[in-house]
Amino acid sequence: MKLDQSRAPLYEAMTEHRQNRVVPFDVPGHKGGRGNKKLTDFLGEQCLKNDVNSMKPLDNLCHPVSVIKQAQELCADAFGAKNAFFIVNGATGAVQAMVMSACKAGDKIILPRNVHRSAINALVVCGAVPVYVDPGVNSELGIPLGMSAEDVSRAIEENPDAKAVLINNPTYYGICSDVKTIVKTAHEHGMLALCDEAHGTHFYFGENLPVSGMAAGADMAAVSVHKTGGSLTQSAVLLMGEGVNADYVRQVINLTQTTSASYLLMVSLDLARQNLAQNGAEFYEKTARFADYARREINAIGGYYAFGEELCNGRDVFAFDKTKLSIHTRAIGLAGIEVYDILRDEYGIQIEFGDIGNILAIITGGDRALEIERLVSALYEIKRLYGRNPAGLYDHEYIDPIVELPPQKAFYAEQETLPIDKTAGRVCSEFVMCYPPGIPILAPGERITKDILDYIKFAKEKGCNVTGCRDMRVEYLQVVK
Amino acid sequence: MELWFTENHTENVRFSIKIKRHLVSEQSEFQKIDILESEEFGRILVLDGYLMLTEKDEYIYHEMITHVPMSVNPAIKKILVIGAGDGGTVRELCRFKSVEHIDMVEIDRRVVELCREFIPKTACSLDDPRVHIYYEDGLKFVRGAENAYDLIIVDSTDPFGPGEGLFTREFYGNCYKALTDEGILVNQHESTFYKEYAQAMKRAHARIKTFFPIALVYQAHIPTYPSGHWLFGFASKKFHPVEDQNAEWWLAQNLKTGYYNRFVHSGCFALPNNVRDVLRETKPAT
Repeated sequence: MKLDQSRAPLYEAMTEHRQNRVVPFDVPGHKGGRGNKKLTDFLGEQCLKNDVNSMKPLDNLCHPVSVIKQAQELCADAFGAKNAFFIVNGATGAVQAMVMSACKAGDKIILPRNVHRSAINALVVCGAVPVYVDPGVNSELGIPLGMSAEDVSRAIEENPDAKAVLINNPTYYGICSDVKTIVKTAHEHGMLALCDEAHGTHFYFGENLPVSGMAAGADMAAVSVHKTGGSLTQSAVLLMGEGVNADYVRQVINLTQTTSASYLLMVSLDLARQNLAQNGAEFYEKTARFADYARREINAIGGYYAFGEELCNGRDVFAFDKTKLSIHTRAIGLAGIEVYDILRDEYGIQIEFGDIGNILAIITGGDRALEIERLVSALYEIKRLYGRNPAGLYDHEYIDPIVELPPQKAFYAEQETLPIDKTAGRVCSEFVMCYPPGIPILAPGERITKDILDYIKFAKEKGCNVTGCRDMRVEYLQVVK
Repeated sequence: MELWFTENHTENVRFSIKIKRHLVSEQSEFQKIDILESEEFGRILVLDGYLMLTEKDEYIYHEMITHVPMSVNPAIKKILVIGAGDGGTVRELCRFKSVEHIDMVEIDRRVVELCREFIPKTACSLDDPRVHIYYEDGLKFVRGAENAYDLIIVDSTDPFGPGEGLFTREFYGNCYKALTDEGILVNQHESTFYKEYAQAMKRAHARIKTFFPIALVYQAHIPTYPSGHWLFGFASKKFHPVEDQNAEWWLAQNLKTGYYNRFVHSGCFALPNNVRDVLRETKPAT
């Protein structure tokens, strides 16, 4: 880091602006909270007073020239990037900006199928065509893994006209591909390397963690700072390396991003970056210590499998993010989603997600030891009180897709609505996914199979939140005519 | 100059004691520990600003949390005490010759060390050879135990701060498993007079009821606790606290007490309507 990371230009400017007691004859209309007493009581006066609009002293996210520009420069410096943009539409916005900057309609992009829906959404919007690399699957855990460097290499050679490769770094479960090698291969073939680092903020600041996208030489990375970096929900950054025209990327971002960016979100990015640059190593060391401890204690219970770095195999699990507490629950006879629901309903513990076979708890240095003990003890009790024979539980999370049409074509195709059990063999024109984790079971353009329908049925029965379809009860699907 | 210790019993109610000397003020890893000396109440232990005990009335709490279960099952040999860093609960238990083994689990070593130094009145039995002290999280300790104890006493702080794990469903479930088939669980159970405490009390009671076939509440009058009226929980797999009271055995122990006696034993389970009404509202909940 070359710049003075103790500074926080946007925070400093907002503080000064408030002290200047400027009379607001601009939006927002709540006027520092006076226009909405209940909201002010709920969120606090300080919060409402800081909810301001762009103006000369506070810069403008769409066209940053002063304090936002400086804050973004500090951010780029802290993350080891050439340029950085604040994003107020989550990593979703950042992923879409990456894809839409790299590809135009009809361009190919190489990506693993277990991407977040935001990436495939971007393909629907811009008309790029996916070339899927099958992620490896751990059959014991039933989860999709990373992409092996060889598989990506083959996809690149088979599709020399592709414009970019997108890499999850890490997946929701904490699994990383060999980012360095993949970036190198992509560059050798004139393609851009893009990292979806929605779950990877800590890679930039923690020690002994998997390599970050920028450190691996990637061209762009979408980082959800709010997830594990301490900024407010919905704030993220888009990082860019040497070979990217940042001014073009800014234009692409401005195609879809709001012109009224929230200063609460932006200042939270400024302060999160300041904090991470100064205290991040310590914070994530504590995070890893908590997660390691929880893994040991949970594995000692028996039945549960809190997996870790032992999964690494140099291929589709090149590295594991040890700050993630991912736990396989099938051996105690409960679907992950069932454990997830019991934890919340019976024990007052909210975790990040439960899917068919696993749960994921987000651990950070903001946790306290006593809460880790509560989680471990509750899992112990759930096994004692609810554990049963695992026979009959669905045993895989990932089904290889059969892609028949590009997402945009399928999404806008002539279509009809069919009862879901009559759709086997047809081409789907919408998304079906459990949320979280938000990895599509079906994406527009994919052939529906009996295996997929069984999976959706099982997920619904177990209480997964199945989303993405026009019919919110998922009794009907949209299929291509 | 006058020095007063004030505790907020609610946002709108305060309780103050005139202080002679401030003996200890220390931030431990877990909480702020203060020990004060007062004219009226002797030495006072305060954690995070909440009064835990005074030398003048601690015996009421410590007798009631121990003699009640001991009088119900004279065969109690092995006991787990959680919290209780001041030593008062262990002191009372050590008076029973029938007790063979006491594990005391206190998360904060400094509470024990400071009480040994400044409040020997309660900490006096911590060196009894039957007592084994573990400095760790109570929730974690009890997780590893199965069919191991005849009695578990939860002598915790309030359900906010370091003690909050000791009011959870996972904790009570783990306690159930750690007890023998004749096991008894007694816990400090807050009170019902003020709303904040009543909420905590209701939740704790509802959770205990989901595990134990017998789950009752008893009361004592403790002048320095909020409202002066305090509750304890008695949960058991087998024994009924009143029907199975063994008064003869207790009398034969020949223990001098300041509050507890065989009449108080049966009487303390007779609850006033303001407690009964709150208990009736408790539904099985998380």
